This record gives sequence, C-alpha cells and structure tokens, in this order.
Amino acid sequence: MADTSTADPTAGPPEQPDEEQVTQQAPLWRRAFDTLKVPTLAIFSALVIGGLVIMFTDEDVLWAWARFFNDPMRALSRSWETVWDAYSALFRGALGSPAAISETLLKATPLILGGLAVAFAFKAALFNIGANGQMIMGAVFATWVGFTVDVPGPLAIFLAMLAGVLGGAIWGGIAGTLKATTGAHEVITTIMLNFIATFFLAYVLTTNTFLPGNANNPISKRMLEQTRLPRFIDGERVDFGIFIALAAAVFVWWLLERSTFGFQVKAVGMNPNAARYSGMKVALITALTMAIAGGLSGLGGATIVIGPTGVLTAGVIGTLGFDSIAVALLGRSNPVGVVAAGLLFGGLNAGAVQMQVETQIPVDIVIVIQALIILFVAAPALVRAIYRIKADDAAEPAFTSSWGGS
Amino acid sequence: MSTAELPEMTGAATLTTSTEEALAAAERRKQIRLGIIWLVTGLGVVWLFGVGSDGLDSTLQISNDPPRFLTLPSFATSVTIGILIAAVGIMQIIRPLPHKGLFGVLILLGVVISFLVWAAAGQQFSLVGMLESTVTRATPLALGALAGVLCERAGVVNIAIEGMMLFSAFVASFAASASGNLWVGMAVGLLGGAALASGHAKLSVGYRVDQIISGTTINFFATGITAYLAAAVLTANPELNRAGTFSSWAIPVLSDIPFLGEVLFTNNVYVYLMYILLPFVTWMLFRSRWGLRVRSVGENPEAADTVGIPVLRTRFRSVVLGGMAAGLAGSFLPLGSTGSFVEDMTAGRGFIALAIMIFGRWNPMGALGAALLFGFAESLNQKLAILGTPIPSEFLLMAPYVVTLFVVAGFGGRATPPAADGQPYETN
Repeated sequence: MADTSTADPTAGPPEQPDEEQVTQQAPLWRRAFDTLKVPTLAIFSALVIGGLVIMFTDEDVLWAWARFFNDPMRALSRSWETVWDAYSALFRGALGSPAAISETLLKATPLILGGLAVAFAFKAALFNIGANGQMIMGAVFATWVGFTVDVPGPLAIFLAMLAGVLGGAIWGGIAGTLKATTGAHEVITTIMLNFIATFFLAYVLTTNTFLPGNANNPISKRMLEQTRLPRFIDGERVDFGIFIALAAAVFVWWLLERSTFGFQVKAVGMNPNAARYSGMKVALITALTMAIAGGLSGLGGATIVIGPTGVLTAGVIGTLGFDSIAVALLGRSNPVGVVAAGLLFGGLNAGAVQMQVETQIPVDIVIVIQALIILFVAAPALVRAIYRIKADDAAEPAFTSSWGGS
Repeated sequence: MSTAELPEMTGAATLTTSTEEALAAAERRKQIRLGIIWLVTGLGVVWLFGVGSDGLDSTLQISNDPPRFLTLPSFATSVTIGILIAAVGIMQIIRPLPHKGLFGVLILLGVVISFLVWAAAGQQFSLVGMLESTVTRATPLALGALAGVLCERAGVVNIAIEGMMLFSAFVASFAASASGNLWVGMAVGLLGGAALASGHAKLSVGYRVDQIISGTTINFFATGITAYLAAAVLTANPELNRAGTFSSWAIPVLSDIPFLGEVLFTNNVYVYLMYILLPFVTWMLFRSRWGLRVRSVGENPEAADTVGIPVLRTRFRSVVLGGMAAGLAGSFLPLGSTGSFVEDMTAGRGFIALAIMIFGRWNPMGALGAALLFGFAESLNQKLAILGTPIPSEFLLMAPYVVTLFVVAGFGGRATPPAADGQPYETN
C-alpha cells in the first residue's frame, strides 16, 4: 500500500491548508500517504469481499468446495482462478489497451461531473441525492438544443452544454429553493425530483418534438453533427468531454478555495447560524449551491448525449447520478479526489463490461464493490479496526444536516 | 410615548395586546385564504368535471360478489358536489368554520368522487376493486414507514428503508422458493431486513458514521447484491424464484359487512399484519415504558443517559426492530403481490415510505393514513390508465412524487422530527 500511495503525486496539492487548521507542515509524501491510506485500504478491502462474493456464487467453485475433504487444493485453486480471471479481465477492460483506456475516460466523464455536483453540495452540508434527475434534465435540455439549434460548430456545442447546465440547475434549484424557503429536506425533495425527471424523460420520448417522424422506439432525433463533442484519438470513442470534466473540477476548486461565494458556502455548511449572524444570506446561498450542483450534474448529462450516444433514450443516464454519490464520498468531497475517484469508478464500469463478456460474471458485482468502497471510506474507524491503524488527529467530516436542521 | 413613563408591566401588557391583535388579523387572513381556495376548488369542480362532462351516466361497481352497481349521472353529480364545496368555501370566508380538518377531508373526497364520475362517464368502473387495491398498495408503504418511525423515534435517520426492503424481498423470495413454504420466506425476509439494519446500526450508532451516508451505502449494497445474485444465481436456476403468494383470506363475520367487508377484510395476511402492527406499535411507543425509553433517546439522549437508559443499546435495538418492519414490507412484494423476485422491484417504495413517515409526523397511525392516501393515488392512476383519460400516463405516474414534493415542502415547517434525530451519541 505504500507503493500506491507514494506513486500518486496528484494527491498533494489539494490538501494545502491555507485558512483551515494550520497543522505543523509534515513532508508532502507523509501527507499524501495519510490522505491515501484509508481510500487505498478501502478499495483493497472492497475488492477482497467482492472476490469472496464472486467465489461463492460460482457453481464450479461451490462444487469444488463441497468436495473440499477429497481434494482441498482443487477447491483453493478453483477459487483463486475464478477470482483471478474476473479481476484480470476487469483490469484489462479498464486499462489493458488504448481502447480500454478510452472507455474508462469516457465513462469517467459524467461520473466526475456528477461527483463534483454532489461534493459541492456537501460543502454546504447539503446531501444532493438528486444528481440522477439533474443529469436527466441536463440531457433532455441538451438534446433539444442539439437537434434544433443549427449554428456552426463550437457555438453549437457551447449552446448544448449551456442548455444542459440550465436543465440541471433548474432541477437542483427547485430542491435548493424548497430547502431555503420551506425547510423541506433536500434528501426527500431530490429523491422525488429524480422520479419526476425519469417520468418526464419517458414523456418527452413520446412527443413529436423529440421523436423523429414515424418512430416506433422511444429514441430521440439524432443530434446535428456539429453539436457532437469532437474525438481526439483516431478510432477511439473518447471525446473532449473528459477535458470539460477536468475544467469543471478546476472551476469547483477555484470556487471553493479562492472565491468569496465558496467561502460563504463552506461557512453555511459548517455553521448556518454563525453564517447568518455574520450577515450571510443563508437561504440564497443554499438555493444557489443546489443550483450550481444541479448545473454540474446537468453538464454531466449533456456530455453523454452530445458525446458518445448522440441520441436521447430512456436509459441514457441509468444510475450514473447515484454512482456520482459514491464518487463524491470516495473523493472526500475535494475536486482532485473526485477526479481520481471518477477515474477509478469509470475504470471499474468499463472493466466490468469486459469481465462479463469474458467470464459471464454479472456487471452488477461492481455496484457491490462500489458500495463496499464507500462503506469503508465513510467509516474510517471500520478500516482502522480491521487493519489496526492508529487514529490520526484529523477530524472526520460531518457531511450533512439532520431532518429538522436549517 | 406615555407607555414609556408607565411602569414596565403595563408596557409589556400593551405590547402583548397589539401582538395578539396582529396575530388574530393574520389568523383571519389565513381563514379567508382557505375559504377562497375552497370556493375556487368548488367552482373548478363544477367547471371541469360538471360542464366538462358529456352528460353521460357513469356506472360504479360497488360489490364483486354478488356484482352490484351504482349508476350516477356525471353532470348532476359533479355540479352538486362542486356547488356544495363552493358553499362551504363561502361560509368559511364569512365566518370561520369549526372542524376545518374534517371539512378539508370531505372536500378532498368530494373532488375525488366527482373526478372519478367525470373520468368514468359513459363507462363502467370498479370502485370496490380500486379501494381493495388501495389497501394492498398501502401495505408495503405503511410497513416501510413503520420501519422509519421505529428508527427515527430512537434518533437514527433511516434512508435505507429502500435497500432493506429490496434485500429482504430477494431473500424472502429465495427462501420461500427453496423451502416451498411462504411462512419461511416471510421469516427470512424479516431476518434479512434485521441483518441490514444491524449493519446500519453498527455503522451509525457504533462507529458514528453520518447516518444518511450509512443509509446510502446500504441502499447501494442492496441494489448491487440483489442484482448480482439475481443475474448470477436466479437466471440459471429459475426454480429458486418461484415463491408464489399468500392467498387472500376472508375474515369470518367481518368480511360479510357490505362494501367494507370486501375492501378491508378479504385480503392476505400482510394486510392484517398492517392492521395489527401499526396501532400496536403506536400504543407501545406512546403508552409503554419501552416506548418512553425509545422516544427519550431520540429526543434527548443526554438526559436519557443521565437517568440510566442505555442510549446506544436502545438505539441499536430500535433500528433492528425497524429493519424487521422493513423486512416485512419488502417480503410483501414477492410473497404478497408478484410471486417472484424482480430486479429493483421496490422501485422507490422505500423512499416513498420515508416521505409517508414525515407526512404522518413520525407517528405510525399518521403513517397509516398517509400510506392509504398514497395507495389510493396509485390505484387511481392504474384505473385511469384503463379508463383512458386525455392526461398522458407519464404524468399520472409522476403525480404521487409531485404530491410528496408539495407535502414535504408544505409540512417542512410544521412537522417536527425527534429532537436528536440524525445526531450520533457518544457515551463518556
């Protein structure tokens, strides 16, 4: 684990504490090690447990274990082979070839944007479970612009992305405004807005505005060619969306660390009453935070329809918005962490497809692994208990407020 | 100015009177606003469902066995109901009525009836079938909300009802298929819910993980593991996914009551469990020593700790009990309804149960009422799809969620959760 933690130099910069707790400056490698210790162990533990699940749902392995006392080595070797085959296929599908890397980057794009959306809301102590609905609205808005507005290249892309941001921002803004004005908890409102967005998507895919003439399937009109994000590697599907996601991460970092608004967001997140007494408009900041979070998710939805798919379908977003929550938690709500976590989950999702093709192990195992990763990340005490690590002094972040809290 | 020279007491008194007057005026404005809303509703009913109907009769089926029908002229019915509602609205504007809640419910009922009569104009429509399906659809929601109440009254937010329900739906269906006994399935479903709940309790009570994050993790885990196991195990062995359902059982005597007997007392065991459990838990929570302890660790854990109530253990047990309720709710889906497990078969019911719990103000009986309302909305949707109204079906499906959104927004200020809900407690 020491190898993996020192191998990643990107983990240093975001931890630069400027106005946060001024701890005695430990060397960079030491801080990188401390930051990555728990996530690395979490990923490792999740893979181990995922491996056990794979093992004990494989008929050959179970058969071998049933005859353990006749041939113990066979049971062990069958188990090892099954898990090894699965995980090596997973790895090859994620990083094994230029095509695999392209798929990983492509799948990471919306996850990074969605992860940023959830992470940004976390900073104001808001739990944005609504990334899924916001992505759907972003995709719907971007699609409409994509096949309607016929303007030259870069402008078309820009307008489609703007529409995506707007769609998501409206959806996030509704939850934020309700929270700010009536105190309705954002967890409930965003869950409801997710359902509403899903049915809205199903509805627009029955209308003549979205469907091409005489369509039998709920698949929208195709985007105009100049609206599609350009690809930058010959023959691979990866497109400029990944750079948009990275730019968004830089933007969120700037917003949180360098802007007045970001300072206010964090102040509201840490103590809304103190923020109110110091003259901040807590309600406005809450509403705006959710709108910005929604905009980021909406952009994520847009990059899918103007990127790889080119059309809007009922399953275009799938569960990406929920995966984004895992990304934000694993990334510990900081933009660099979110990018890293997005790449990891993008890789897992891309690799899972390869794994299912090669070994017939259902892709759903990846959801289990993701759940276990966030479980271990959210409960550092659990990881420490398993690996007997001493607790560090860093306070664990409290992410959200309870029902009644304002 | 003169009050400044008077002793302080009088000044305070003057202030109180003027505040009271302002409050009374505000109250009066609120009453008038309510009256106007009712008046507009009544006129809307006359216009939309009365004038908007084609003057046909609608036939409502009010009994299955023997089949009995009630025929109503849709124009006359809707106009009468609309005028009655408008009249109540005018009375409310002139002078505030007592029992506003009762009138509100009656008006809602009136709107629904005239809507039904409008939608069914010229057709036949099974009222008894719709109400029966209301009760069935309310069952998993009410039991799920009960899970939420048990956890949150003890101070632990549970957004993992969805995941617990999904997981127990899987294990219940699996166990019932493997054993060939539905009761075994139900018991295993209970244990499945309890197992995930003890995970939630261990994380949020033991390790003091943020309760919403712990819940989210459980939801993820349940979605992943059930989808994975369904694909890895059930697809290859379909005989492990043939649970079957509890058949409905008519309670002697009670089921002979006309109309209500068919709606309420000719159902399967889950519905009867709902009838028993919700009042029972309400009574236990608010009348027993156990309930007082649970509520005290949810309202003021420090005080509870001071008088010697073991806060963490009480919370842990309540969460596990809640998990059992969620397990019962989840096992209803295969064993009480579909007969087998389907991937993601909860389809958000756990989240609706959560909203119902808030709507029911953290009280099991309130939750039962809210669940019936939701069950009614769902079965109304289904019937409307059959009757064929001009409203797109996606909007009908959307309706319960929009309503929840408004309800949560509307009740946001008024519904008070247990004071220590969501706060981890650390013993010294």
